[in-house]
Amino acid sequence: MTELPLIGEAVTADAAGARRLAGAKIGVITFPGTLDDRDAARAVRLAGATPVELWHADTTLGDVDAVVIPGGFSYGDYLRAGAIARFAPLMSKIIDAANSDARLPVLGICNGFQILTESHLLPGSMIKNDHLKFMCRDQILRVENNTTAWTRDYAGGQEITVPLKNQDGQYIADEKTLDALEAEGRVVFRYVGFNPNGSRRDIAGISNPAGNVVGLMPHPEHAVEAGFGPEIGSGTEGLGFFTSVLNKIVGDNK
Amino acid sequence: MTETSTGRTAGTATEPKKFNIDTVENAAKTPDVELPWAELGLKQNEFDEVVKVLGRRPTGAELAMYSVMWSEHCSYKSSKNHLRQFGEKVTDEMKKDMLVGIGENAGVTNLGDGWAVTFKIESHNSPSFVEPYQGAATGIGGIVRDIISMGARPVAVMDPLRFGAIDHPDTARVMHGAVAGIGGYGNSLGLPNIGGEMVFDSVYQGNPLVNALAVGVMRHEDIRLANASGKGNKVVLFGARTGGDGIGGASVLASESFDDTKPSKRPAVQVGDPFAEKVLIECCLELFKGSLVEGIQDLGAAGISCATSELASNGDGGMEVELTSVLLRDPTLTPGEILMSESQERMMAVVTPENVAAFEAVMDKWAVEYSWLGEVTDTGRLIITWEGEVIVDVDPRTVAHDGPVYDRPYARPEWQDAVQADAFTGSVQDAGRPSAPADLAAAITELVASPNMCDKSWITNQYDRYVGGNTAMAFPDDAGVVRVDEETGLGVALATDANGRYTYLDPYHGAQLALAEAYRNVATSGAVPMAVSDCLNFGSPEDPDVMWQLAEAIRGLSDACMVLGIPVTGGNVSLYNQTGSTPIHPSPVVAVLGKFDDVARRTPSGWREDGQAIYLLGTTAAELDGSEWSNMRGHLGGLPPKVDLDAERALGEILINASRDGMVDSAHDLSEGGLAAALVESSLRYGAGARIALQDVLDRDGVDLFTALFSETQGRAIVAVPRSEEIRFTDMCTARGFPHLRIGVVDAEGGTLEITGVETMNLDALREAHEATLPKYFG
Repeated sequence: MTELPLIGEAVTADAAGARRLAGAKIGVITFPGTLDDRDAARAVRLAGATPVELWHADTTLGDVDAVVIPGGFSYGDYLRAGAIARFAPLMSKIIDAANSDARLPVLGICNGFQILTESHLLPGSMIKNDHLKFMCRDQILRVENNTTAWTRDYAGGQEITVPLKNQDGQYIADEKTLDALEAEGRVVFRYVGFNPNGSRRDIAGISNPAGNVVGLMPHPEHAVEAGFGPEIGSGTEGLGFFTSVLNKIVGDNK
Repeated sequence: MTETSTGRTAGTATEPKKFNIDTVENAAKTPDVELPWAELGLKQNEFDEVVKVLGRRPTGAELAMYSVMWSEHCSYKSSKNHLRQFGEKVTDEMKKDMLVGIGENAGVTNLGDGWAVTFKIESHNSPSFVEPYQGAATGIGGIVRDIISMGARPVAVMDPLRFGAIDHPDTARVMHGAVAGIGGYGNSLGLPNIGGEMVFDSVYQGNPLVNALAVGVMRHEDIRLANASGKGNKVVLFGARTGGDGIGGASVLASESFDDTKPSKRPAVQVGDPFAEKVLIECCLELFKGSLVEGIQDLGAAGISCATSELASNGDGGMEVELTSVLLRDPTLTPGEILMSESQERMMAVVTPENVAAFEAVMDKWAVEYSWLGEVTDTGRLIITWEGEVIVDVDPRTVAHDGPVYDRPYARPEWQDAVQADAFTGSVQDAGRPSAPADLAAAITELVASPNMCDKSWITNQYDRYVGGNTAMAFPDDAGVVRVDEETGLGVALATDANGRYTYLDPYHGAQLALAEAYRNVATSGAVPMAVSDCLNFGSPEDPDVMWQLAEAIRGLSDACMVLGIPVTGGNVSLYNQTGSTPIHPSPVVAVLGKFDDVARRTPSGWREDGQAIYLLGTTAAELDGSEWSNMRGHLGGLPPKVDLDAERALGEILINASRDGMVDSAHDLSEGGLAAALVESSLRYGAGARIALQDVLDRDGVDLFTALFSETQGRAIVAVPRSEEIRFTDMCTARGFPHLRIGVVDAEGGTLEITGVETMNLDALREAHEATLPKYFG
């Protein structure tokens, strides 16, 4: 396993800097039915940080500096996507930590986004895609807010391509909530060119008011290695999520 | 903990129902009781054989076991005599990398660096016609459990699909259901779907072919086999509870019960629970990691009957099981029904007494239900009890391995000669063959929009191809490629192929053509072909015509494997596929697995770089019989393209070397639709066109432009070669004596495909035609 970060020159290029990056621990939680946990851990590793496996039944977050809730079908999505996972023992710890003064950075991807809305860390909800089918495609997103914990390495308005793959990806909320999200700059990502699921106002991802909690339907962890991600663009345009949070952690800890 | 206690997560086991149990003792005393062997699918001679083996009449439970295990599906009784060739026609070269051969749940091939790969293809045809969603979904579930049973982590799936006519009203029902089922189950398991096939033909109208392939990887030390060894070791059933689904002919066993209040209608199709399967995968991998199981077997066809008899007969030969310990979803099930149930997401394992506690801890962690059923013995008998009373006492080998074997009569069909004499060229359907530039362009557009040649992303966009983060290539490239080792880039390539029309015209060569195409597809991607798995979909073996097709296909396939030097490591036979009394085209679906030392060297099927030279490898003959063009014109007759396996091997070596040494940037094999289809597909792959001139091909091979474009001569590929590599590449082809011609250049900016003698085609228009077909029919 490579110890040196493949990306991370933005922060530092020297060995001491690399050690500081690798000292950052990012937790990746696994529920029964989680699918993209190993992928999220790989993305964390490629960004230069150390991934930490978290189990849904754990009762402590340990000393992780941030948490990724990866995609999948937790508990089979049988009641409603994310509805059962939200009650996992570790989720209450994550909710507390995200809302605490320390503002633990939390990223929810796909099923993770659904779990975050079910947990009320983020507003709104996801329903079945408007075309009623599972859809897998390379999706272009626009970064609407580059001040969150997970997007600070992107330029405002930057367009990135990451895979999208889901069945229940249509983001909905009442008009008042949508207006508030827009006004507060909490729409973090919007679909560009094609709305793949009928999401309101082309919303692909949002954040909480403090910007430490971000959720989105597309999968940045599948665009971190050239040749194993989207064919459009560099194929590594999702890596910025993980370097963003890493830079924030390392910066905060200086 | 006693051997029949149930898991903590299970709560209490359901109280066993009181049945009028047909014990072994009772059977011995009442030899003349009428048994419903015919309704259970046994023939008179087979029932007589059971009586002879046992020395008495079977009990109801024994009858249930023999009837399912001696069925065509489980016993291969019609095909066994022919399938032997796969084991007999094996050279040392073919054995070199084979770690586990035919006979286990799936074969295992050595990948080097301590890695091994296991893969297998199976059919789930009939259930997918009756209930397309669940049929296709449980097809994935079953093949994935086969892979887990070998100790491997499943890493990808593929689905070759064959449906009825695209415009038949029932096709949409089957297509929507099967695709949604494959996606719904496979996507939920976190397995990327990396390829497959899609064919529409009215011969599959009442009998679609839904085949499923799974591939898994493991370290050598993790290989597990299905056997129960070690006297005193515990036998455990875990996963989903046992229900009444998937019981064939269960109603006839109602005589076993006094209870007439139980549900009479039960689904013959199993219902899948992908979440349970995903948890089962992780749970099994944790068991393997801790070396907590001695032997393991998945429960598929014939359920507990199969698992107990196979585990016992492959091990020390004895096992004792208490059937009331099985956790039930439906407490009214009879012993026979429990033995026959095909409820999904179940596994059976053998655990040493010392590992029982650790095993239970893993089950509890994943909240998987389990129950200890009994233990391994050295008596050579499989004893199954019901509340302590013996209801089964058999030699497990007689159930699992010594079933009937039939030498079914077969003969070349009387109609075969007439079919082969009916060539496409000069036929009524061949009238008006296009030759003018505008007509040729229209013909190419019609070809790439036709049901079998059109864009398949309507299907593949419903499958997750990214999960796992190791997919290096997937649809629409010639092979799916998955990385196995992140450090070294070691990986595998897989392709499946079959051509029912070729095989109908000539089963021996048709089966070889399927193998040749899959082999070529794997080599085109740059991987070295290593192993074969086959799913032999045929009609009724009781029809001598069909039996001949099957015998010829197996003979052809096994002969061809010898020439190509790659062994068959597993597979499946699916018989009785017919619409009414009309059999399907014989459809041997062949999967070939190849190896990459580094998947970074994979070759995609489309070109990108402006100015790269395009070469056609191989020569073209006038071979239109059985082609997509003749299919579009409603003709099926003549002889399929010639098979030249030595040429395939030579072509494969060129493609593999070219990939390894960076001599080509794209490669696409020529198969259905010939050069015309390949040129369009390679252009549309990345939206880069080409300027093509085929005069040298026409002069060298003595064919006209239409034939050069639409003939389906085998052993051909097109490649795009960077200018800097051209001399090295052509020198290699020359040195190997392989025919190659420069036919054009990549034109990345023009947005057109120009072929001299054909009206220039706009890529956007071609793409629109190519992509519109499936949405038009299926929404």
